[in-house]
Amino acid sequence: MLNLLSIITFTPAVAAAILAIFLRGDDAAAQNNAKWVALVATLATFAASLILLFGFDRADTGFQFVEEHDWILGLTYKMGVDGISVLFVMLTTFLMPITIAACWNVTHRVKDYMIAFLLLETLMIGVFTALDMVLFYLFFEAGLIPMFLIIGIWGGKERIYAAFKFFLYTFLGSVLMLVAMIAMYVDAGTTDIPTLLNHQFSTETFSLAGWQVIGGMQSLLWLAFFASFAVKMPMWPVHTWLPDAHVQAPTAGSVVLAAVLLKMGGYGFLRFSLPMFPVASDIFAPLVLWLSAIAIVYTSLVALMQTDMKKLIAYSSVAHMGFVTMGIFAANQQGVDGAIFQMISHGFISGALFLGVGVIYDRMHTREISAYGGLVNRMPVYAAVFLLFTMANVGLPGTSGFVGEFLTFMAVFQVNTWVAFFAASGVILSAAYALWLYRRVVMGELIKASLKGISDMDRREKAMMAPLVAATLILGIYPAFITDIIGPSVSALVDGHAVALQAHEAANQLAQN
Amino acid sequence: MIGADLTTALPEIVLALFAMVMLMVGVYGGKDKLAEPILYATAALMVMLALYSGTQSLEAQTAFNGTYLKDGFAQFAKMLILVSAAVVLVMGKSVMVETGLLKFEYPILIALSVVGMMLMVSAGDLIVLYMGLELQSLALYVVATMNRDSTRSTEAGLKYFILGALASGLLLYGASLTYGYAGTTIFAGILSTISENGMSVGLLMGLAFMLAGLAFKVSAVPFHMWTPDVYEGAPTPVTAFFATAPKVAAMALIARLVHDAFGTVPGDWSQIVALLAAASMFVGAIAAIGQRDIKRLMAYSSISHMGFALVGLAAGTAQGVQGMLVYMAIYVTMNIGVFAFILTMRRDGQAVTDISELNQLSKAEPLRALALLVLMFSLAGVPPLVGFFGKFYVLWAAVDAGLTWLAVVGVIASVIGAFYYLRIVFYMYFGADSEPLDTVRAPVQATLLVASAAIMVLGVINLFGIDGMAALAADALVR
Repeated sequence: MLNLLSIITFTPAVAAAILAIFLRGDDAAAQNNAKWVALVATLATFAASLILLFGFDRADTGFQFVEEHDWILGLTYKMGVDGISVLFVMLTTFLMPITIAACWNVTHRVKDYMIAFLLLETLMIGVFTALDMVLFYLFFEAGLIPMFLIIGIWGGKERIYAAFKFFLYTFLGSVLMLVAMIAMYVDAGTTDIPTLLNHQFSTETFSLAGWQVIGGMQSLLWLAFFASFAVKMPMWPVHTWLPDAHVQAPTAGSVVLAAVLLKMGGYGFLRFSLPMFPVASDIFAPLVLWLSAIAIVYTSLVALMQTDMKKLIAYSSVAHMGFVTMGIFAANQQGVDGAIFQMISHGFISGALFLGVGVIYDRMHTREISAYGGLVNRMPVYAAVFLLFTMANVGLPGTSGFVGEFLTFMAVFQVNTWVAFFAASGVILSAAYALWLYRRVVMGELIKASLKGISDMDRREKAMMAPLVAATLILGIYPAFITDIIGPSVSALVDGHAVALQAHEAANQLAQN
Repeated sequence: MIGADLTTALPEIVLALFAMVMLMVGVYGGKDKLAEPILYATAALMVMLALYSGTQSLEAQTAFNGTYLKDGFAQFAKMLILVSAAVVLVMGKSVMVETGLLKFEYPILIALSVVGMMLMVSAGDLIVLYMGLELQSLALYVVATMNRDSTRSTEAGLKYFILGALASGLLLYGASLTYGYAGTTIFAGILSTISENGMSVGLLMGLAFMLAGLAFKVSAVPFHMWTPDVYEGAPTPVTAFFATAPKVAAMALIARLVHDAFGTVPGDWSQIVALLAAASMFVGAIAAIGQRDIKRLMAYSSISHMGFALVGLAAGTAQGVQGMLVYMAIYVTMNIGVFAFILTMRRDGQAVTDISELNQLSKAEPLRALALLVLMFSLAGVPPLVGFFGKFYVLWAAVDAGLTWLAVVGVIASVIGAFYYLRIVFYMYFGADSEPLDTVRAPVQATLLVASAAIMVLGVINLFGIDGMAALAADALVR
């Protein structure tokens, strides 16, 4: 299987093309066909990605399944995965069939909806498999187009504002990264990521318009990449697009947004910022750690006071992404392991929580917390599933949420105790908002007349949730599934980072003597 | 030697003779009844001349004592000009017929302006430069007022003429200064004077005045004032023409002038070009936000795009010229697609140009809406559409030449610009429910619209080899 990665990446796009060209009409049969084609395509992609997972050599810390072809302007079409990216590919392919199942009740422009999601899947997988910087940028940015349309066409009442905000915010973040990439290309003469990983970007301090730029070119490049990834993550204070986008997006859109699109920021930090600009990462690490701690505490507090369920979960996502950035810039084995674990596990948990909101939204057409109460009386299965994911969101041991948070805490404690202290208080807050949400929506007497006839989850919804329940529990009980795969690559990354820093220190010492 | 000179300039001579013969045929023949055959004949001849130019050897040749240059650069620009002019002629025909504007002079005037453009890109001398520019401009002034009964159209033409005359004056003044200080009008002579005696203040003034005059022709800020009014007032097929071939010619002329005559002192002109570029990108992006008329909007869009093309030139390297040429080729393709769409915007049989008329077009005509969506994202420079690669090339050239600040300004302007392109998508896909536009049966325009959108998508594979051709052209210019 020489071009397995291309097959995985482009299978959904091919399915989208087939839908676009061959499917005609907008009656119930055509709509059904569109959904089935999309489901089969995403399942096929998942099956192909399983081959990838089983064929993946854990001991090898380099890039595997590499494909390379010439492209325009000295760029290359280069694909490959290592221990860090392979799991993100898996996360995407695993969640997409569930996402498609989540939009089974859509009746408005179904064919276009399916095409948008299939294209989005191709673009998301491409981000994680691209080994050429410009190719990465291509996938990274192109994902904005389908997401813009998904929010804009199928979203809620304020969808237009949300769609524009989403697009322009993230676009502004990424164009600076584009300039940085071009500067890297000019400096290193290549856009090949594995080569760039071994390229030393200058750290010599120079003055720019009267400012002394400590860390030199690396710092500027780091900041440009940070502008892009911090918006995408999103980190406080540039997170404000996320609650709008989440609330207005349709359920499936929210799932993809929270579960995969946010991870691109974290993946970018791991692929570019940390290994390519080690000195700048070290300089800016305190900034990132404090921003993360603020994000965890601040957005948890904001989440506490939300009246809209989706908004609450959106803010909780920002808080959880704070753990990820904290772990990455602690730059030790536990930190990066924990960050990746947290991203994967948050993919399952936040996806499931948005699906859970979608389940009751489909029935009641409101996301207001005050419109619910006592659902446990009519929806026992739903109550149990929602409880599991609420607990996982809080980080209960035994669920996957715990492992990521614990590892990042351990890591950051070694680096900066105060940040760890503040972040830990965020955990208490997260328990507060999550349990309070659960209390208000699910527990208590069912007194609202409108809820009297509400029905429990049907078979499709159970089928959607079951894999997520399994994944959350399995990873919580046996986290080695993930850490075994990422471990070698992460330790290579962390060691490389440490070596680069030592070399920089030594050079500084030498210069001073 | 005169025979060899004539062979070198064959395409221009053939097209000029053709235009004159057709003028006679039109006047003494059937007048406007012949307009349609003349139009098709003109378009066909242009395509043939483009093919002829394409098959010529890339070896640089000069004619008429060095005043006329034929090299890879001129050939690339000529092919682009000829093909786009031919396509726009055919594309606008049905609308010209509908509005009763298809007079036999129209294709002839276009042909004459194309002769002017071809001379511009082949100019090796300030006088040839001026002659080509004026031939092109005078023909365009007339076609802008094609709709004689409309005050708007005549106003557009008059405005264009007065401001254009001012720009020509500036250019001529600059040319005379240059001649005075260099002692020659031939580019190669100016170049050797500069390398021997250095850049004098007089030459610098001459260069600045000439750049100002040429900036008017590419509608770069601050010489852009005429563009929105002329775009709005002129008949739409004419606007489509304004937005494509003349821009390529003027941009190529700037490249020709700065590299062939002032190539040894890039520092002196690259600052001017960089400032023009930065101002154009920003003004084009910001001013378009308030526009409701799609033709005015495209005018500001073209100002912004010219700014990006100038970024390539500001780099002052072969890479920059290559980027500029690739950018212009992509820009022309996108504009043909968008104008093919604008030509078919009708409500109750009347042509409309307000962007809110696009409300919910995607429901009534999914294919047209999808094609325009692709073009809009491509104009905004969102990957993987080809418009992104145009921007990538020029930004790359700019960063490589140490103009990182210009690249940063450019990308920020492109985010601002993205807003109004997205707004068109917003009307088509998320707009309020209202009567959609008429379904127009216009096979030519529909084909061009879809083809242009398809190029924007499929070009990601290898840009159809245009970058390699542009590289050869750029190497011919920047030695």
